[in-house]
Amino acid sequence: MELVYFYILSFIVVVSAVFVVFLRRPLHNVLFMILTMIGVACLMLQLEAEFIAMVQLIVYAGAVMVLFLFVVMLVNITQADLLSQLSAVRGWAGALVAFAIFGVILTVFKVGGQTAAPQAQAAQHLTNTELVARELFTTYLLPFEVASVLLLAAIIGAVILVRKGR
Amino acid sequence: MISLPELTFVGILPALLLCAAGVVILVVGWFLRRGVLVVSCAVGIVGIAAALIANNPLRFANDSAFSNMLAVDAYSWFLNIVILIAAGLTILMSVRYLEDEGIAMYEYFVLVLFAAAGMMFMVGGDHILMIYIGLETLSISIYILAGGLPESVKSKEAAMKYLILGGFASGMFLYGAALLFGAAGTLSLTGLAKHFQAGQVGLLAKAGMGLILVGFCFKVSAVPFHMWTPDVYDGAPTPLTAFMSVGVKAAAFAAFVRVFFEALTQFQVDWTQILWALAVLTMILGNVAAVVQENIKRMLAYSSIAHAGYILIGMIAGGKAGISGVLYYLLAYTFTNLGAFGIVALVGRKGEARIMLKDYRGLGNSNPLLAVAMSIFMFSLAGIPPTAGFIGKFTIFSAALAQGYIWLVIIAVLTSIVSVFYYFRVIMKMYMETPETQPAALQLSPATAAALIISTAGVLYIGIFPTTYLGLALESVKPLF
Amino acid sequence: MAESYFPIMVILLLSAFIGVAIVALSTLLGRNRPSEVKLMPYECGMDPIGDARRRFSVRFFLTGMLFIIFDIEIIFLYPWAIIYDKLMFFGFVEMLIFVAILAVGLAHVWKKGALEWE
Repeated sequence: MELVYFYILSFIVVVSAVFVVFLRRPLHNVLFMILTMIGVACLMLQLEAEFIAMVQLIVYAGAVMVLFLFVVMLVNITQADLLSQLSAVRGWAGALVAFAIFGVILTVFKVGGQTAAPQAQAAQHLTNTELVARELFTTYLLPFEVASVLLLAAIIGAVILVRKGR
Repeated sequence: MISLPELTFVGILPALLLCAAGVVILVVGWFLRRGVLVVSCAVGIVGIAAALIANNPLRFANDSAFSNMLAVDAYSWFLNIVILIAAGLTILMSVRYLEDEGIAMYEYFVLVLFAAAGMMFMVGGDHILMIYIGLETLSISIYILAGGLPESVKSKEAAMKYLILGGFASGMFLYGAALLFGAAGTLSLTGLAKHFQAGQVGLLAKAGMGLILVGFCFKVSAVPFHMWTPDVYDGAPTPLTAFMSVGVKAAAFAAFVRVFFEALTQFQVDWTQILWALAVLTMILGNVAAVVQENIKRMLAYSSIAHAGYILIGMIAGGKAGISGVLYYLLAYTFTNLGAFGIVALVGRKGEARIMLKDYRGLGNSNPLLAVAMSIFMFSLAGIPPTAGFIGKFTIFSAALAQGYIWLVIIAVLTSIVSVFYYFRVIMKMYMETPETQPAALQLSPATAAALIISTAGVLYIGIFPTTYLGLALESVKPLF
Repeated sequence: MAESYFPIMVILLLSAFIGVAIVALSTLLGRNRPSEVKLMPYECGMDPIGDARRRFSVRFFLTGMLFIIFDIEIIFLYPWAIIYDKLMFFGFVEMLIFVAILAVGLAHVWKKGALEWE
């Protein structure tokens, strides 16, 4: 049963990702990207990574995609503009590179050798979110605090960008 | 119960002071209307001076802090100094530039300080996650600053290109980190090293290593991941270009060396071969492309690509000799390139209108001192004694020779000879040619003059008396081996 | 563990089914006789002027960006809230620093007038 769910979800994710690339209207691309994100969140749930699943939903499917929508509406490109800029050669080159990378990744995972399980698995009685929290606020304390400086830099940047946009 | 981590602040104090100075500038800027640029510059310099003092204890430490997230050692000490010098001189050069351009953007200084703090976390990072967060902090700050010229489309283009390609590079880096985590179950450098020493080196780990290598090569602009460099260096405000070309490069190389020599030594045979090819490509393409440039910012951009190639030789040679060569080279390059770009910013005048090589005609007559300084920087970039650039190249090349990389050194020397051609073109223009109309002599502000004097003195001093600094570099790489 | 999400899956499937069914049934069963008046966005009321796809103001973009940044901030608060009782004072201080740094950012946005719509 697990496997059936997995295949259904992967099917949704892959198909909507294909739609993201090939659909003609930017708005539709964004909507399908949201569906992809939701699918990935469900896959995370299946791996019992609830916290990551919720982050995926709230941050990616929620906030990031809203921003994408705004950008699409802000730029307001019609499909004709987009198509005129894409040369066929570049398209094929891109496809080739994509398939090459796919091939490499497939080989790596097929014959990649053994993987090591992360140590955090030991404490099985804890919920996933609590495990994340314990690691985040003790071991990863410094990166967590530095992340706030990173976000502050991003805030300053956002203000600068818009001030000049006037 | 949760065991709480031990907190030792020695290691992060320099970066902490920079962040604090940044926040102070930000808050001061809310209330100050006039003279905000000068005040923020002053606060920034004070912060950097304090960080330099706070950095001292690291020299004799060999420790790790925050549950092994951060290495507190002499290696960080040396590179923190390089970064602080870069940030300090950039701030000194920027005040006049921003005033001339009419950009009352005091956030500029905040972001430079945050970027420098990010670089320090990257340099000290003993865990790939820490290195990544440092990398992003510095990258985001610099993406914003690169687009800092308000009226310039070129500047916007630069920021956009840097953002997209930089994002791509970060993605590569993260993917590589994910594969390494899959292979080893940890991302701490010591943990990775321990895992791979136990003999469990699979294809997964090698793929992760490759992707991380690509990410770093983007940041140090090694061929074939250099495409962004000329456009971004050309479009960004000149003082910031200086900061990017030395600060980002130093931080990226520092983390590059730490990750590859601490965690991935087990793969040394593999990545040395890759780096060999990359170094040869980088040196040839950088130097040859620099020859045909008419725009001095683009010329220096290609020259910076070429220098990445020379530094890669130090990594290929490896060992204490090679890596200490890398450190010395980064220090020498910091002084030299900051000085060169400082003069480019001065000569460029308002709106960066004069950044072509032909604008340097007659500089020897109108501003003899500036022309002398520029000549010294060009000598140093070309690697001619008695400048720091010569000692840097000499150290790295002899380390490579000692390891038997004869062909590599031959190629490096040949490309250096090519580079002499375009560096000397600048000097020729300054002294041998006269412009149709002599422009007015350039006026230096005290801050800019100080920055140029410091960098000229630095280039000459560590070039003429290199022993102390080579010794310090050698002492600083000990924690890695 | 994953079984507890079964009801959510049922809801998702059901809503997807109903959504598809409504559209599909109305196209299959309904009669399609378009006329100019029927195809207008509002059958009664204002006549449309121009395309519906107008350019949005850049202000939306700023709001979106700030939303993401503070969204990421609150994401960190969830796991913190879960183990707050175990971290006690230590956790309080570390979150205080984090939030304080971002509060400086919020104040900056406010002070620079980026929140005003004009």
